[in-house]
Amino acid sequence: MGKETTYLNLFRNYREVLRQYSAPLMDSKREAAIGLFEKAGFPGPKDEAYRQCRLDALLEIDYGMNLYRLSAPPHPSKVFRCEVPSLSTKLFFVVNDVYYPDPDPQKLSEGVLYGSINAILREYPELMAPYYDRIAGQSADAFAALNTAMAQDGFLLFVPAGVEIEQPLQLIQLFHGEIEQMANRRNLVIIEDGASAKLMICDHSMTQSSCFSNQVTEVFVGKKARLEYYELEMTHPNNARLSNTFIDQQASSSVFVNGITLNNGVSRNNLNLRMLGEQAESMLSGLCLLDSHQFADYHVDVEHVVPQCTSRQLYKYILDDESRGVFAGKVLVHPNAQKTSAYQSNANLCNSSRARMNALPQLEIYADDVKCSHGSATGQIDENALFYMRSRGLSEQEARAMLKFAFVADVIEGIQLIPLKNRIHNLVGKRFRKQMSACAGCDIC
Amino acid sequence: MKSTEDKDIITQVTAGEYKYGFVTDIETETIPEGLNEDVIRLISSKKMEPDWLLEFRLKAFRHWQSMEKPQWAHLDIPEIDYQKMVYYAAPKSKTSGDNEEDIDPDLLKTFEKLGIPLQERKQLAGMAVDAVMDSVSVKTTFKESLAKKGIIFCSFSEGVQEHPELIKRYLGSVVPYTDNYYAALNCAVFSDGSFVYIPKGVRCPMELSTYFRINAINTGQFERTLIVADDDSYVSYLEGCTAPIRDENQLHVAIVEIVVHDRAEVKYSTVQNWYPGDKEGKGGIYNFVTKRCLCKGESAKISWTQVETGSAITWKYPSCILAGDNSVGEFYSVAVTNNHQQADTGTKMIHLGKNTRSIIVSKGISAGKSQNSYRGLVKIAPKASNARNHSQCDSLLLGDTCGAHTFPYIEINNETAVVEHEATTSKINEDQLFYCNQRGISTEEAIGLIVNGYAKEVINKLPMEFAVEAQKLLQVSLEGSVG
Repeated sequence: MGKETTYLNLFRNYREVLRQYSAPLMDSKREAAIGLFEKAGFPGPKDEAYRQCRLDALLEIDYGMNLYRLSAPPHPSKVFRCEVPSLSTKLFFVVNDVYYPDPDPQKLSEGVLYGSINAILREYPELMAPYYDRIAGQSADAFAALNTAMAQDGFLLFVPAGVEIEQPLQLIQLFHGEIEQMANRRNLVIIEDGASAKLMICDHSMTQSSCFSNQVTEVFVGKKARLEYYELEMTHPNNARLSNTFIDQQASSSVFVNGITLNNGVSRNNLNLRMLGEQAESMLSGLCLLDSHQFADYHVDVEHVVPQCTSRQLYKYILDDESRGVFAGKVLVHPNAQKTSAYQSNANLCNSSRARMNALPQLEIYADDVKCSHGSATGQIDENALFYMRSRGLSEQEARAMLKFAFVADVIEGIQLIPLKNRIHNLVGKRFRKQMSACAGCDIC
Repeated sequence: MKSTEDKDIITQVTAGEYKYGFVTDIETETIPEGLNEDVIRLISSKKMEPDWLLEFRLKAFRHWQSMEKPQWAHLDIPEIDYQKMVYYAAPKSKTSGDNEEDIDPDLLKTFEKLGIPLQERKQLAGMAVDAVMDSVSVKTTFKESLAKKGIIFCSFSEGVQEHPELIKRYLGSVVPYTDNYYAALNCAVFSDGSFVYIPKGVRCPMELSTYFRINAINTGQFERTLIVADDDSYVSYLEGCTAPIRDENQLHVAIVEIVVHDRAEVKYSTVQNWYPGDKEGKGGIYNFVTKRCLCKGESAKISWTQVETGSAITWKYPSCILAGDNSVGEFYSVAVTNNHQQADTGTKMIHLGKNTRSIIVSKGISAGKSQNSYRGLVKIAPKASNARNHSQCDSLLLGDTCGAHTFPYIEINNETAVVEHEATTSKINEDQLFYCNQRGISTEEAIGLIVNGYAKEVINKLPMEFAVEAQKLLQVSLEGSVG
């Protein structure tokens, strides 16, 4: 229990500070969460869910936490750009785990709340009480519990019933500062009945020191509501990301999730989706392009609780050098969830003798009138295709890049925001041609 | 067809009775219940074992005591009191088995009733049988004619007496006693089983078969099978098993070890039909089995085929370690669960050598309130270049109270590997049923047809006599479950 003790002591010693700087609603969940964390402890190699994901070395590092809520001097919008050409997004920034006030005076539609989760929970405790920590609080994940115990800020978006936000929203989560630090970021997204939104979360880093982001995002999608949710990670080899995303979906709602890992160190993304209302629909997709020593681990759990829902999963990995990829996708169909249709597909391209891939596609089904299937395949670039392209005068590098591009095309094509799709196209293309070292588009690194 | 009507038919189809549930009233020599080092010494002395084997057992027992039972399977295993069980039971009138007149007529009758005649003249030509009841082997047929070709086919205990050098060399070489909880238990208390050795270049002229029967009450069966196929040899081995109907659960913990040398091939088929318990889930056998094959030589081949219809709980993963270059592993399985049965079964394909290939075809059928899981591992080691695997796991659900689950693990450590996995879960297609009905085939028959068609890919891999048996078994197991 060595590593846990550090955090338990930190929690106890700074209990007052945590209380002082956070909304009462946030604070009220801490005791239960720390208890859960103490009981569970950090997952080790014997925990089935984390068997392939070695975090020991990362947890040895003595991270600093910004408990006193100090803010870094320059406003991030001055120094950081992650622009999607011809896509005018509304930008929000979280640096380390501090939300930076929106410099743009233009407000979103009437009734929409957005901004610092801490401030909004303080201001609207009654409105937010049914949502905050409702799903994460049920999770057995130690990192989610640690987040609930320690988190002090993050981003919140609340879209009231019937409001449709056309403009895509973009949240940029940054690491900044010279010290080794851990950020417990907490996000909450509520899309009420009949509302819709498009949210893009980009993770970047402006420092080369070791950073650990332990983030929890709870998403509530109401009846007939629509959400497009994009995640893009472009950090660096010293960055560790542990992300827990919980999505609850109500009847006739539609959720689209797309997660892309381009540059990172160690990433573990848990995505838990529950379909709680009939006729709900979801499409979850992801793409990991890994090289050098990158490690990416996607754990996707889809739970069909009620009948007549449709879920699809599409995850692709390309592994080079000594990178490692893990994909664990699970579809759980509850006893009465008849007429469920669930499909899961995972394909991986292994290009180096030292790259490693683990796939665990799982089905757990307790209802009979269902159509569930999964497929997983791992292989390499077809030599015949390569030969064909070379015989047409393409260099080997170019031919390989094109074939890899074709391999991932269906994940990128699925992106519904056209400008974003083009941007990802561009980034992925650059990446395959090895023209991109770290986060392109940022002025600092 | 209305769904309620469908349901009725399914209920009828899955309500089949267990045919082999009788008990033979025969005097049995048992030892007191309980498990400790003295019991192990007693078993060992009853079998007149050499010291090294007793040492092996004791080491395994000590290790077992330090282990915890595995929790990872998708099974609900009730607490088992290992001290309340008898670890050795032998039908008393057991003879050396050399002379068929010496065998107790009751035993002969028992096996005859099970469809396994122990007199050679009555047997199907081309099949040699080792019949094991409780803890001892009753009779091994065709031993002499096989011996002429240099093939050793005898009970495990006999193997220990007559071929200690072979047993010593191979015992525990594929499944070490430290392997898992149940394997350690078996290593400590194993009773009888079969030992097969096929010498270099010999193609075994007949199917070898072992029939396991649990008869005595309150006992567990802990058999151990060891098959060694030397260079360029071939053998097809079958295994069958049944047990009487009892309200108590009985334990069956077995180990099967197979070693395949250069260019040799072993085909291992199982039709597992232990008593599955009654409709309320009372009684039945707990079947916890470790089966593993080491393809040691180059171009060695192992093919596992299993039809699992019995047992209250099945925990079984016949595995292939493809160590030799160009070796091949195959796994074909049909697992049927009905009523309250639980099965967590599958395979492991561990590719260590170059150009190794494996195929997995698993068909699960669940009915009643049963839970049926496929759990499999495909692992490609860093040096296993050009490995190839294809896995297909399909589940068929009959009824809305059963569960079908798929847990494949794919670990790829070499970039030249091509690994594919696909799985589907669905119920019987209503269009297919409608089509059959339209042609004048009743729903019940149609389901039989569809299920058999669904399992055919696996059943086709069984030796012929077994295939017929398996097909019948499939029908009986599902009798009364169509819906």
